[in-house]
Amino acid sequence: MALPVYADPLERVWYYTYHAICVAIFVFLIAPILIVMPLSFNAEPYFTFTTKMLTFDPSGYSLRWYDLLLTFGMVAPDAARDSSWWADVWQNATWVRAAKNSVIIGFWSTILATSLGTLAALGLARPEMPYRRLIMAVLISPMIVPIIIIATGLFFFYSSPCGIVGMDCGRLTSTYTGVVMAHATLGIPFVIITVTATLIGFDQSLSRAAASLGASPSRTFFKVVLPLILPGVVSGALFAFVTSFDEVVAVLFIAGPEQQTIPRQMWNGIREQISPAILSVATILVLISIALLATVELLRRRSERIRGVTPQ
Amino acid sequence: MKKILTLSTALTAVAFAAQADVTVMSWGGAYSQSQLEAYAKPYTAQTGVKVNMVDADNPATPVKAMVEASNVTVDVADVEYADAIRLCDEGMLETIDPAMLPAAPDGTPATEDFLPGALTDCAVSTIVFSTVFAYDTSKFPEGPKSIADFFDLEKFPGKRAMRKGAKANLEMALMADGVPAADVYATLETPEGLDRAFAMLDKIKKDTIWWEAGAQPPQLLADGEVAMTTAYNGRIFAAAVAENKPFQVVWDGQVLEYDLFVIPKGAPNLEEAKKFVAFATDTQRLADQAKWISYGPARKSSGPLVGLYQDGKTEMGPHMPTSAENLTNALPSSYEFWVDRDSELNERFNAWLAAN
Amino acid sequence: MTDVPPLLTTADGRPLKAALASAQGRARRKAFYLVAPLLLFVVFSFILPIGQMLHRSIYHDGFSSTAPNLSAWFAANPSGTEPDEAAFAALAADLAEMKKNKTAGEAATRINYTVSATRSLFTATARKADKLQPPFKEALLAEDAKWGEPVIWQAMRAASNPYTTDFYLIATDRARGADGGIEQVPENERIYLWLFGKTFILSGLITFICLILAFPIAHLLATLPMAKSNLLMILVLLPFWTSLLVRTTSWIVLLQGQGVVNNILVSLGMIGEDGRITMIYNQTGTIIVMTHILLPFMVLPLYSVMRTIKPSYARAARSLGATSWTTFRRIYLPQTLPGIGAGALLVFILAVGYYITPALVGGADGQLISNLIQFHMSKSNWSLAAALSGMLLVGVLLLYWLYDRLVGIDKLKLG
Repeated sequence: MALPVYADPLERVWYYTYHAICVAIFVFLIAPILIVMPLSFNAEPYFTFTTKMLTFDPSGYSLRWYDLLLTFGMVAPDAARDSSWWADVWQNATWVRAAKNSVIIGFWSTILATSLGTLAALGLARPEMPYRRLIMAVLISPMIVPIIIIATGLFFFYSSPCGIVGMDCGRLTSTYTGVVMAHATLGIPFVIITVTATLIGFDQSLSRAAASLGASPSRTFFKVVLPLILPGVVSGALFAFVTSFDEVVAVLFIAGPEQQTIPRQMWNGIREQISPAILSVATILVLISIALLATVELLRRRSERIRGVTPQ
Repeated sequence: MKKILTLSTALTAVAFAAQADVTVMSWGGAYSQSQLEAYAKPYTAQTGVKVNMVDADNPATPVKAMVEASNVTVDVADVEYADAIRLCDEGMLETIDPAMLPAAPDGTPATEDFLPGALTDCAVSTIVFSTVFAYDTSKFPEGPKSIADFFDLEKFPGKRAMRKGAKANLEMALMADGVPAADVYATLETPEGLDRAFAMLDKIKKDTIWWEAGAQPPQLLADGEVAMTTAYNGRIFAAAVAENKPFQVVWDGQVLEYDLFVIPKGAPNLEEAKKFVAFATDTQRLADQAKWISYGPARKSSGPLVGLYQDGKTEMGPHMPTSAENLTNALPSSYEFWVDRDSELNERFNAWLAAN
Repeated sequence: MTDVPPLLTTADGRPLKAALASAQGRARRKAFYLVAPLLLFVVFSFILPIGQMLHRSIYHDGFSSTAPNLSAWFAANPSGTEPDEAAFAALAADLAEMKKNKTAGEAATRINYTVSATRSLFTATARKADKLQPPFKEALLAEDAKWGEPVIWQAMRAASNPYTTDFYLIATDRARGADGGIEQVPENERIYLWLFGKTFILSGLITFICLILAFPIAHLLATLPMAKSNLLMILVLLPFWTSLLVRTTSWIVLLQGQGVVNNILVSLGMIGEDGRITMIYNQTGTIIVMTHILLPFMVLPLYSVMRTIKPSYARAARSLGATSWTTFRRIYLPQTLPGIGAGALLVFILAVGYYITPALVGGADGQLISNLIQFHMSKSNWSLAAALSGMLLVGVLLLYWLYDRLVGIDKLKLG
C-alpha cells in the first residue's frame, strides 16, 4: 500500500504510524518464538541473557542443555560415549523416549485421520450427499468442542469401551491405540477442511470422463482424483500430525506412563522445574514447525498451479 | 508403499518393546530423584526389573481417580498419611501385611522397628517430612525467625508462595496467630478457629502465589518470583546444598508428617509392587534415602546409619525435621482431623481463593 | 375424454421418474458410504464418550446403591414425611452394611456434594454401626445429633434416586434448602456462575484485543503486492504452526520476574530492581499469552475478506470528497464485517474452552472454567465436572451454531 500522491501531511504521519504499529504487532507475533533459540545455548541455568551472552563471549554459550536432553533419564550417563552409551540413550533417555512416542503416535493418528478424512471429504463433495451440512458440522466439531470435555469423555469411555453395551473388552486408556484414536479424532477436522477446500476447485467432469472411458472407480480415484487433490491431502495430513505432535490434554487424561510424549514432558517441565533444557526442546520444535510450514506453503502453491487457480 | 510398510513395522516394534516394569508414582523433583537413587536403581540392579518413576502433584488424587475408573496404571504410589487412611477406608488400596516387610538387621521385626503409627493396614511409611517456610537470604539478611514473620508483610515485605490447598496452611496460619501447636487442631475444629485461620491467610492473600507441585517453591525462590515460601523441607535443602542457592529454612511452626507407600487396588503388577515396597522400606534403603534428601527415615534401625549427604561433607542431622533443635515449635499433622475434613476444607479454601 | 399423455420411460420401459429416483438414491447411498467409516469412528471416539460423560451429570448411584433400605423407605413415603423409627432402622441397617462393604465413604461423598461437612457423620457412625440397638432413632441421635437435621434427610432423599439434578444445582450455585425448596448458596460459596461469567468476559476481552491487533496487519497483508504479503504471512503462520507449549514457555521466559522484559526495563532504568512487574502467573499472563496464541485465527479470516475488497470503492469515495476517516468508516469497515464476524466468533469459541495456557500461566486469578472442570475431575467429583462440562458445551455449541449460520463451517480456512 503505497502512500497516495494526494495525501496531506496528517495522512503522511498516519501512514508512518500505521506501519510502525504493524511492525510492532509482527514483533509481538514472532519475537516470543525466536527468543528461545539463543537462550537455549545459555551456559548458565538462567532464562535470561547473561552479560557474557550479550557481549558474544563464547564461554557464555554452550550445548549443555542439548546434552541434557540425551543424558536425562539414562542408566549410566557418565559412561564413555560408545555404541552402548548411545543404545542407553535410545532405550532410556526420557526425552528420547518421549520423542519416539510422539513420532509413533503422530504417525498412526495421521494415517488414520487422513485416510478416513479424505474418503469422507470425497463423499461430502458430492452434490447428492444427504444431510451434508449436519454431517459436516459433526465432523468439524472436535476442533470446536473444548479439549477438556473431549478428554474427560475419553477418560471414562476408553476405561471400558464396551461397557456401554454391558461387555468387557479390556481398555483403551494407557494404550497406544487409545492415544492414537484420540489424536486422530482431533486431527480429522483439519483433514476435512483442507481436502474439502481442494475439492471445491476440483472439476467433477474429470472423474466422469475417466469413468466413461472405462476406468474402474478405484482406478479413477488413484489415477485422476488423487493426483489432483494430493496437495490438500498432504497438507491436511501435516495439520493432523502437528495436532497430535502438540497435543497434551488428551495425553494427560488417557495415556499411561508408557505413552509419555514430548508435550507431556514439557508440561511437567514447565509446571515444575523449568530448566533451560525445555528451551532446547522448544528450539528443536520451532525448527520442525518451520520445516512443516515451508512444506505446506510449497504444496499450496503447487496445488494452485496444477488446478490453474491464479493466486488472488 | 513398501517403504511406508517397513517404516510402520519399525515403528510398531519400538512401540511394543516395553516390558512389564514397576511403575511408581511420586511427587517429582528432588524427592522422586532421591527415591530413584535410593530405591529404584538398587532394585533394578538386584532384580533386573525396571522401575518407572512418574510424577504427580499429589499422587493420592490420580490414584483415587484411577481406581474409581478401573484404569490403574501405577503399581506403587507415595501418599500422605490422611490420604492413605482415607483411600484404605474406601477400599481403594491393597492391604499390606507387615509380615512381608523385612526385619531390622538385628532381627527386630518390622512391626517393632517402624516408628509408632508408621505402619497402617494399607500403607508403609518411608520418611518423615515437614512443611516449613523458607526465605531467600539475599533478600533478608536479618531473616525472619518465627512463623508469625511469614504472615507479616510490613516487617518482611515481598511476595509469598504457599501450597494451593487447605492442609498445613491452616495450621501454620493459626500458629502464626499465636495458637500453641498443641491447641491447633482443637481450635480448627471450631468454626471460629477456622475463620481465624482464614483471616490470617487473608492478610497475605494479595501477595501470594499458590504452588501445586513440590518442585515449584524452590524454583519460585530461585527465579526471584517470591521472597518467602512454604515448602517441603527436603526440596529447600536440595536447592540450598546441591545447587548452592541462598535459601534458609525456618523451622518454627513446621508441620510434620509421614509419607507412605501404598499399592492401589488393581495395580497391574501386584506381586512386583509388593516386592518393591518390601525392598524399598528395608533398613538400609531408608537410611540411604537420607543421602539424597533431608527427610527422616521411618525405621528406628535406619537412624544410626544416616550419615553424610551424597556430597560427602554435609552433615544431615541439622537438616532433618525430626532433630531435636528443629522441634521447638513443631506440629505433627493430625490425620484424624484431615481424613474427614479434607474435602470440605478444600472446597472452602477454593471458594476463598476464587473470591476477590 | 382426454388422452392421458404417455408416461416418459427409459429404454427398458421403466418410468423415467422411478428410474431417476432410484439412480439418485444410489448416488446418495454411494456418497454416504464414503462418509460412513469416518462417521462411525467419530461416533465411537467423540460422540459416545461425550454423551456418556454427560450422563454422569444427571446420574450418581453412590448413595442409592449403598443405602438400599433407606432408598426403599424414601420410595414408599412421599416427600415431606417425618422420618419415623422405620426410617432410622433402615438407616442403621444401611450403615452396618456400609461398614461391612467399606462403602460409607462412597455414600458420604454423595451426600457431602450437596450438604458439606457431612462426610464424618457417615464414616464415624458407620464405624460403630453394628453396635447400634433399637430404638434406632434415639441410638442414632445419640451418636450424632446431626442425624435429626431435615437438611440431611432432604439430601438423602434426593440422593436415593440415582437420577438427579443436584449437580446442575451445584454448578449454578444453588442448593436444596431444609424445606426442599431451591435457594442460592451463601455468597462466599458462590463460585461457578461467577467463573462462567469471568470466562466469557475474559474471552470477550481477548477476542477484542485480537481484533484490534489483527485488523491493521490483515489490512497491510491484503493491500501489499502478493509476493511481499506472502512473505509477511509467514510471520503470522509460523506462530500458528508452533507448538502451544513452546509459545507458552517462551512467554514465561519473557514475562517472569527475572525474565527478559523485566530485565530490559530494569537495565533501561525504567523500573527499579524491586519494582519488577508481575506479568505472568496471573490474569494478565493468561490474557497476553492467549491473545498471542489466538491472534492468527483472527488474522486469517480478516485477511481473506480484505483481499476481496476492491480499492476502487475507497478511491471513489475519496474523489467524491470523503475524508480518509469517513472512507474507512463508511466504505471499508462495513465490507470487512464478514471477516470480523468469522474471526471474532472463532477466537471467542476457542477462548471459552481454553485449558492449557491458563493452567500454566494463569496463577490463581487467571483460571477459566476448563481449569475448574479439570480440578473436579482430578478430585473424582465426576458428576460435577460433567455438569460443568455440559453447561460449557451448550454455550460452545450455541456459538458454533451461530458461526455456521453466519459464516458457514465450510468457509473455515487454515492458512
